[in-house]
Amino acid sequence: MKQMLSTVAVLAIASTAAWAEEVRVYNWSDYIDEELLSKFEDETGIKLIYDVFDSNEVLETKMLAGSSGYDVVVPTGDFLQRMITAGAFQKLDQAQLPNAGNLWEVIKDRTEQYDAGNAHSINYMWGTTGLGVNVGKVAEILGDDAPVGSLELVFNPANMKKLAECGVHFLDAPTELIPAALTFVGEDPNSEDPEAFAKAEAVLSAIRPYVTKFHSSEYINALANGDICVAFGWSGDILQARDRADEAENGVEIAFNAPSEGALMWFDQMAIPTDAPNPEAAHTFLNFIMDAQNMAAASNYVYYANGNKASQEFLVEDVIGDPAIYPDAATLENLYTKAPYPQKVQRKVTRMWTKIKSGT
Amino acid sequence: MRRFVLIAVPYLWLLALFLVPFVIVFKIALSDAALAIPPYMPTMKDGLSAMFSQLDFENFVFLTEDDLYWKAYLSSLRIAFISTVLTLLFGYPIAYAMARAPHEWRATLMMLIILPFWTSFLIRVYAWIGILSTEGLLNRFLFWIGAISEPLTILNTSTAVYIGIVYTYIPFMILPIYAALERLDASLIEAAEDLGCSRMKAFWLITIPLSKGGIVAGCFLVFIPALGEFVIPSLLGGSGTLMIGKVLFEEFFSNRDWPVASAVAVILLLILIVPIILFQRNEQRQQEAEG
Repeated sequence: MKQMLSTVAVLAIASTAAWAEEVRVYNWSDYIDEELLSKFEDETGIKLIYDVFDSNEVLETKMLAGSSGYDVVVPTGDFLQRMITAGAFQKLDQAQLPNAGNLWEVIKDRTEQYDAGNAHSINYMWGTTGLGVNVGKVAEILGDDAPVGSLELVFNPANMKKLAECGVHFLDAPTELIPAALTFVGEDPNSEDPEAFAKAEAVLSAIRPYVTKFHSSEYINALANGDICVAFGWSGDILQARDRADEAENGVEIAFNAPSEGALMWFDQMAIPTDAPNPEAAHTFLNFIMDAQNMAAASNYVYYANGNKASQEFLVEDVIGDPAIYPDAATLENLYTKAPYPQKVQRKVTRMWTKIKSGT
Repeated sequence: MRRFVLIAVPYLWLLALFLVPFVIVFKIALSDAALAIPPYMPTMKDGLSAMFSQLDFENFVFLTEDDLYWKAYLSSLRIAFISTVLTLLFGYPIAYAMARAPHEWRATLMMLIILPFWTSFLIRVYAWIGILSTEGLLNRFLFWIGAISEPLTILNTSTAVYIGIVYTYIPFMILPIYAALERLDASLIEAAEDLGCSRMKAFWLITIPLSKGGIVAGCFLVFIPALGEFVIPSLLGGSGTLMIGKVLFEEFFSNRDWPVASAVAVILLLILIVPIILFQRNEQRQQEAEG
């Protein structure tokens, strides 16, 4: 027994000694090919601790509280911008990022608006927010000419009333839904005008009784299992649901459509907190992710487009050839981006969201 | 001296784990929100005098201007109250049966009450999702026995929240009541029956009053955490279930407004503490009157 204990102790010491460094990464749930995690450890000898979240708000609160202990985090553009202002992120040391040359100028130009000169962050993935549709069920309920490519599907109470019986999920994210409602009533999605907000609120309140749930990650499984027939969610998540349904061979066919009225284009950016315990290991991780083949493996797995030009030759046809993931020029024209709300407006938006959801 | 040390220990405990955090929360409630780390000002960095000079009750005033907060407090109070009553209704008979069970069974029964704690709370709440959903075990069972033809919608309603709270907190109701009932001298009930009480009457006149301490302790143990409950309503309840825990979460996470979130928390604490103090005063007075 005593011998066994000492063997265990030696093993324990050996295993800690093997990891010279560690890096703690905080990323979105269902957002990486997990084989990449062990590949990173094998290649670099750095121990990787990988945690996930499903809302920007949770991430931001951890960052603003300080001493989160994370070395790499992945906020969306508008949240990143506000946190940079608060001093939450450090400037990247480009000398430690030789793979940065792989990045795609088209995306870098767009992320400039959140992070001037892309000094604090690199793009991980980007996508659009739109409609996930259970093709068979929606056709059954609304007929073959159902407006599956338009916001009419979810913002017209007549359609929603019928869809309610098979279930509709919305993202629990006011900063995504309110701009969408604004485009539906013909307003600028970035508008902060109280009258425009009132119009958006009227649209959302009218369809509220028919929304089964507001949640930002449950809809992947709910769509795939056929529990719901429409989700207003993120492109790649809906495509993952499509894939899971295909794998399960349960007869459920899922499609993603960017609304014809315009769709929100968002960018998830990898950044290093100011108080990261291991900034060097964090740079090593960013450089690993920017490797063309690694980034391609991640995109091939999660069905999101990335901001890495060099990775495109390694992408499977299902990803690079799918206009729902890499939109054609015409769709790209129709995408809009969203700037962060100032504090006072944010409070109004949150209050409006609570009112829409709970009726109070 | 030894007596002083003995008394000091619980007070130090209270000071470190209640008073100090409360003072910090109260101080944040009097501050202003800011885009910084941490997201309020003034902070320690501004110097000690600045830290306390710019404080005001603005955030508390703000809470009175929007009816959301009062509605959320009231809705939470209602949910916590109904859950406590339900937990008592289910918990008391269980505790009573345990206390009346043969001696050699009691340890096993006690074990059965405590056993669920060995599984993570979160996993147990998730299990209820599997039981209550429209495709879930309960609906399939009811369908199978022919009790229903259409699936019942329980998940994502307040019924599911009540089920979740009662299930989670029932051990906290059973254990103190069981402790009170087990100590109860059986000869008192025999005496009451000898003197002509029916069994029911003896139960109301002897058993219930003598287990009052356990009932009160159990009700507090259920009511207080149920009032601020966040996890159960967000997993089992629908988006329409308004509770103060959810409002706190939104102030803190969506609005990044720590000062208002702290003000909400301070009010919540007052709502809890004032009745508890009044109740204890009342108890003390009664005891003194009896003594």
